[in-house]
Amino acid sequence: MNKSIRNFLAASVAASAMIFAPAVSAETVKEIHFLIPGGPGGGWDGTARGTGEALNKAGLVGSVSFENMSGGGGGKAIAHLIETADKAKTTLMVNSTPIVIRSLQKVFPQSFRDLTPVAGTIGDYAAIVVNKDSDLADFKSLVTRYKADTKSVAIGGGSVAGGMDHLVAAMVMQAAGAEPTKVKYIPYDAGGKAMAGLLSGEINALSTGFGEAIELAKQGEIRILCVTSKARLDAAPDAPTCAEQGADVEFVNWRGFFAAPGISDEKKAEYVTALKAMYDTPEWEVVRARNGWVNIFNADADFVAFLENQEKVLSKLMKELGFL
Amino acid sequence: MLEGILQGLTTAVSPMNLMMVVAGCFVGTFIGMLPGLGPISAIALMIPITYGLEPSTGLILMAGVYYGAIFGGSTSSILINAPGVAGTVATAFDGYPMAKKGQAGKALAIAAYSSFSGGTIATILLLVAAPSLAAVSLSFQSTDYFALMVLGLTAVAAFAGKGNVVKAILMTVLGLMISTIGTDQTQGIQRFTMGIPDLIDGISFLLLAMAAFALSEALLVVLRPKSDADRKKEMEAQSNLGSLKLTREEVKEMVPVIARSSVLGFFVGVLPGAGATIASFLAYGMEQRIAGEEKGKLFGTGSIRGLTAPETANNAACSGSFVPLLTLGIPGSGTTAIMLGALISYGIQPGPRLYIDNPTVFWSVIISMYIGNVVLLVLNLPLIPYIAKILSIPSTILTPMILFFSLIGVYFVSFNTFDIHLMVMFAVAAVGLRMLDFPLAPMLLGYILGGMMEENLRRALLINDDSWSFIYDRPLTLVILLIAAATLVMPYVMSKISIWFLSRVEKNEVK
Repeated sequence: MNKSIRNFLAASVAASAMIFAPAVSAETVKEIHFLIPGGPGGGWDGTARGTGEALNKAGLVGSVSFENMSGGGGGKAIAHLIETADKAKTTLMVNSTPIVIRSLQKVFPQSFRDLTPVAGTIGDYAAIVVNKDSDLADFKSLVTRYKADTKSVAIGGGSVAGGMDHLVAAMVMQAAGAEPTKVKYIPYDAGGKAMAGLLSGEINALSTGFGEAIELAKQGEIRILCVTSKARLDAAPDAPTCAEQGADVEFVNWRGFFAAPGISDEKKAEYVTALKAMYDTPEWEVVRARNGWVNIFNADADFVAFLENQEKVLSKLMKELGFL
Repeated sequence: MLEGILQGLTTAVSPMNLMMVVAGCFVGTFIGMLPGLGPISAIALMIPITYGLEPSTGLILMAGVYYGAIFGGSTSSILINAPGVAGTVATAFDGYPMAKKGQAGKALAIAAYSSFSGGTIATILLLVAAPSLAAVSLSFQSTDYFALMVLGLTAVAAFAGKGNVVKAILMTVLGLMISTIGTDQTQGIQRFTMGIPDLIDGISFLLLAMAAFALSEALLVVLRPKSDADRKKEMEAQSNLGSLKLTREEVKEMVPVIARSSVLGFFVGVLPGAGATIASFLAYGMEQRIAGEEKGKLFGTGSIRGLTAPETANNAACSGSFVPLLTLGIPGSGTTAIMLGALISYGIQPGPRLYIDNPTVFWSVIISMYIGNVVLLVLNLPLIPYIAKILSIPSTILTPMILFFSLIGVYFVSFNTFDIHLMVMFAVAAVGLRMLDFPLAPMLLGYILGGMMEENLRRALLINDDSWSFIYDRPLTLVILLIAAATLVMPYVMSKISIWFLSRVEKNEVK
């Protein structure tokens, strides 16, 4: 079967999936077993269960099952998927940006290359925010103050030093022409506690996810200085992009799915087709809206290229920061 | 605001919502009673059910599950020394010794009354002041949290009272050491993980508590078979196992403890960086100090005050944690984080405008919490005699069950088999320590407070460019640290003064 025919078949399967959405005949994949590298209730858990629910209810996947397996910052589940690859052809593991960061940090010896990247499905941009009372009018004034005295700007985040929030803060500073290694990063053990730290006034700015910041910004508790997207986001047309403010970066914290290493191209195509068809179903819209996720579909070869690029950018930055 | 409260009241007492309070409390109590299964698992289970419901109904159900689980957690703490929830670990300190003395029914009743009072007082505080309490949530910075943890650590004296001070301090230090295992936040490097990836995220408090208490207790039962005389004595003690009777003196002793612990617990709960566990430890330590030398010595051996204080405080703290959640949209704990997610999925964003934009949701939840407390009491009091009978199950059946539920409970939090191995190792170590008469409670105290103390101190130092000046620059920090110092020094100074005073009096008398 050559590629164009396969694409045509995939497209027709997807099309029929839309037309006969609830019908069993539209089933693209018989079963998917979701492997979740964290405990119940976390972000990975919600992504896998929400996606599974939508796929199943829309009739794209016959049956779905879920398995939580935490440990080693996700490393345990990765090792498990590789070990049982022969039997795990129906398994999809959920993961996100930290798989790139933690693999660079050597938290676990594997990387996304040891798995079969299937698709990035949703994402969240990062944002730099300040307290509503802050005397920093915009991102430029934050950079100006930072350049004058790096110690005068404490930027908090909900991950450990060298983690994602820290890297984002360093990345925007670097893009704004300031010294990234001097960022005074204050780590908190969860995003909520970091936000409390910002509101209590002990830090000057916060590096966080756009999704976590938008509602508090709407209520006027915080101000978004800039967002790491290419263009302004519909959800917050008033919030400028970092590029507009003189820091030309784009960063998206993606969430997506990986299959076991060595699965056939046909199997991979099935998964991609099912996930792609999912976006047009009302069932997915319910799940997506419920969680406030942003659709960012990035499949197969594009996904691999995206991961390689993200790894390159992050590894360069982490080396400069002395975390590698 | 009054209009909003009335609106909330009508919503809260609608038949559907009343049913949800009862259902939530029931499910929560049941899940909480299972060792190791806490509110996080309970709420995560309920989330799919809440999707089809009205926002206030769904939230009322979840809130019911939340405090039901905290309530139920005390049952397994008291009866089998297996805390179902981190917040009820301190409940086991005095609750379990009481149950061992054949006063299980009484201990459960005290826990029920304390939880009810703590929850109710805190809910009234919420009702009166919730919107204005947001400021309290934000008044604490890292330096103040650090001071609060130092104050909490002085509670170790509470455990030193009944035995060897050196052993209590050693165990606290052991707890502090265990808390350093895992990834260090401020540097991002791994400490004492010995290359084992499963240790990267540190060791969970519940795992440690379950290993130190429930598992080691079960192992000790096997290692120390009871003699016939012991068994006979136990049978006698068990004959009035289910009795709920409290004497007038006992009630008199409880009332002031409840008053103090509920207020303390509530305000600690309001702080997003603390929570129910910290609140229960602080209340326990504070009451031991207030109880005076004689009564204070009874702490850890089945003291009524020692049971009342943490039980009141943890329930009050649960209600308190709704302040940052509802008025700021900031979750202070894993459980409230899940609830925040559920709220957002309803299209409701908690924050300073919630009680203006969505008065019905805001007030009906708070009022339903009050109803929930009554429901919990009504639901549980009649059941206590039966629940207490668990202890009369022969240990050949009870012990394997405790082992099973403890291991399953911890596994269900992480789904990582390594945790089970680790738990068994800790349990074996705990058995050894207990045989050598080392108290295990100070280890847990050191672990939970020490971990947070280090984290907040290092954050404070980072923010202040490694200068310690915050200790005297921030009045709040200074005041808390001074109280901590006073708690440590006062008993010593007081006894010196009284000895000196007595000797003067004696001299005068001789003259």
